[in-house]
Amino acid sequence: MKLRGRIWKFGDHVNTDLIIPARYINSTDPAFLASHCMEDADPAFIRKIRPGDMIVAGSNFGCGSSREHAPIAIKAAGIACVIAGSFARIFYRNAFNMGLPIFESRELYDRVADGDEIEVDGDRGLITMIGDKQPLHVEAIPPFMQELIKDGGLMQHLVKKNHGKENL
Amino acid sequence: MGMTITEKILARHAGLKAVHPGMLINARVDMAMGHDITAPIAIEEFRKAGGRKVFDRDRVVIVPDHFTPNKDIASAQNAKILRDFAGEQGLSQYYDGGRVGVCHVLLPEQGLVVPGDLAIGADSHTCTYGALGAFAAGVGSTDLAAAMLTGELWFKTPETMRIVFQGVLNPWVTGKDLILYVIGRIGVDGATYRAMEFTGETVRELTMADRFTIANMVIEAGAKNGIFIPDEITLDYVRKRATRAFTFYDSDPDAAYASVLEIDVSRIEPQVAFPHLPSNTRGISEVGDVKIDQVFIGSCTNGRIEDLRIAAHVLKDQTAAPHVRLIVIPATPEIYRTAMTEGLFDIFLDANAVISPPTCGPCLGGHMGILADGEKAVATTNRNFVGRMGHPGSEVYLANPAVAAASAVLGRIAGPDALGIRESKRQST
Repeated sequence: MKLRGRIWKFGDHVNTDLIIPARYINSTDPAFLASHCMEDADPAFIRKIRPGDMIVAGSNFGCGSSREHAPIAIKAAGIACVIAGSFARIFYRNAFNMGLPIFESRELYDRVADGDEIEVDGDRGLITMIGDKQPLHVEAIPPFMQELIKDGGLMQHLVKKNHGKENL
Repeated sequence: MGMTITEKILARHAGLKAVHPGMLINARVDMAMGHDITAPIAIEEFRKAGGRKVFDRDRVVIVPDHFTPNKDIASAQNAKILRDFAGEQGLSQYYDGGRVGVCHVLLPEQGLVVPGDLAIGADSHTCTYGALGAFAAGVGSTDLAAAMLTGELWFKTPETMRIVFQGVLNPWVTGKDLILYVIGRIGVDGATYRAMEFTGETVRELTMADRFTIANMVIEAGAKNGIFIPDEITLDYVRKRATRAFTFYDSDPDAAYASVLEIDVSRIEPQVAFPHLPSNTRGISEVGDVKIDQVFIGSCTNGRIEDLRIAAHVLKDQTAAPHVRLIVIPATPEIYRTAMTEGLFDIFLDANAVISPPTCGPCLGGHMGILADGEKAVATTNRNFVGRMGHPGSEVYLANPAVAAASAVLGRIAGPDALGIRESKRQST
C-alpha cells in the first residue's frame, strides 16, 4: 500500500468526542459524519482537506468512547490514513476492523507541520517527507492486522475463513 | 510461571492451558452487549456479512440507553432498528421502555454478567464488569457484529498492572476518588493496552458500588480491562442475581506484573478532575473558587443506589443554589424504585432537583441537561473532554456524589465538610 498526501496535525489525546461529537452520532450515515469530522478540534478542518490527505497526531489518538463513528467519519472524509505517536486500544481495533490504515510514529509528529506532503509505504513501513531523502521507519503492522486490512475488515475476514458459517 | 486472573480467564475462554502477554487469541464470549449508538452499525455489519441468526439469543444483550426515551427522530430510528432486530432474533435480553437502565449498571444488577465471564460490549465502559472478577472489555461495533455472528472474538493478551490500595479511607472518599487519584498519577494513557488489577487490604472494605466505579473508569487511563479478585462481598452481590453458574478466579502468587503501584489511601482526599482530562485531578482542598451552573448525579460511574444515598444524605434539608440546575438520574428502574421507596426522591425534590428516568443522557451531551457556552458543571460521570456535555465552550468537573451534592447547594465546587455535614456509615446492597 502506497499513499501520498498532505498532512494535518493534531496534538496528544485526541479523543473520539473531538473526532465526532456525540451530538452527531444519532446518525450512522458516513457522509454526514464526515461533514462534522474533527469539528470541535478544528472547525475549518473539513473545508481545508482534500481526498488523500492524512492526519498526524501525538500520543493516545482516539481515546475515550468506543464509537466506530470516529474512524468512519475520518475514512468517509477522504483521509487516507492516521499516523500517531500511539493509539488508544479500542480505536486501534476499530480502525483495523473497518479498514482504516493507521501507523505509529512519534518521530514524524515531531518533524512535520500542517500542509507538508508525505509518502507512506505501508508494506515496507516507511514514511518519506517530500523533498527529504531519508525515510522514517514506522512500527510494522502485525501479520494478523495486515490480513484484516487485506480481507477488507474483520467481517469479510471471518466470512472468508468460514467462521460462524452455521449462522449465515 | 503463574498467571494473573485476567490471563486465566482469557486462557479458559480460548481453550488453552496458558496465555502470556502479547499473545493473540481467539476466545469464546459469554455475553455481548450493544446499545442505541453502537448496535445499529453492528446490526448493519452483521447483515452485510450475511448473518441470519445470532450465536445465542440469550447472550446478546441490547439496551437502548443513551438517547432514550428517544430524544429526536434520528434516535428513534436507531432505537427501532434495535427493537426490530431483537424481535426478529428472539433475543431474551432486550430492554426497552420502562425496563431500560444504564447498561453497565443494569447488566450486573440483572445477573447477566457473572464472575469468571468473558464479556464484551460495544461501549468503552464495558470494563465496569471487571468489578465482579470477570474479564470485560469495550469494543467497537464491528467487533460486536463478529461476536454476535460467531460467539468469539480476537484479543491480544494484555500485560497486567497491579494497583495495591492500603490504609484506611478518609471521610467522603469513595471508589470514585481512588480511581480519579490513580488516573491523576498515571495519566490518561498510563495503562494503555493493559489490564489493571486492584488489590490490597483497602479493597476488602470496598462495596461492590465502589468497585464498579473503579473498574468503570480504567478506560480513562487507556486500560483494556480492570479487574478485582472476587471475595465474600462479590459473592453476596452475585448470589441473589446470577442467571448462570459462575467461577471465582484468583491471581497466582508468582504471576508476572508489568508494574506495581502501591497507594496509601489515607493520604487521599475527595478528588476533582478539572477540564479537559480525567487525569487533571486536584484534592478538594485545592479546588479554589469555581462557580458552577449545573450538577449531574448519575451515569454508569455513579448512578447506583449507594451513590444516591450519599447524595441524599448531603442534600437532606438543603436546597440547590438558585443559579444551579441539579439533575439526578437513577441508573436503572430497580434503583429508581428503591430511591423512591426509601424517600430519597422527597429529599431530591425538596432540594429543587430534576429527577430523570434512567438514561445516559447528559453524560455524553445527549439530552436531559446539555450545557451552554461558558457553563460549568460538576458531574459524577467519567469524562470531561471538550464539549462532552454540550457546547465546546462548556466545562465539566468530575467528582464523587457527595462533592457533587455539596457543590449544588453551595453553587461552587466544594465538599460536604464546607456544609458542616458528617459522613454516615457506608452502606451496601
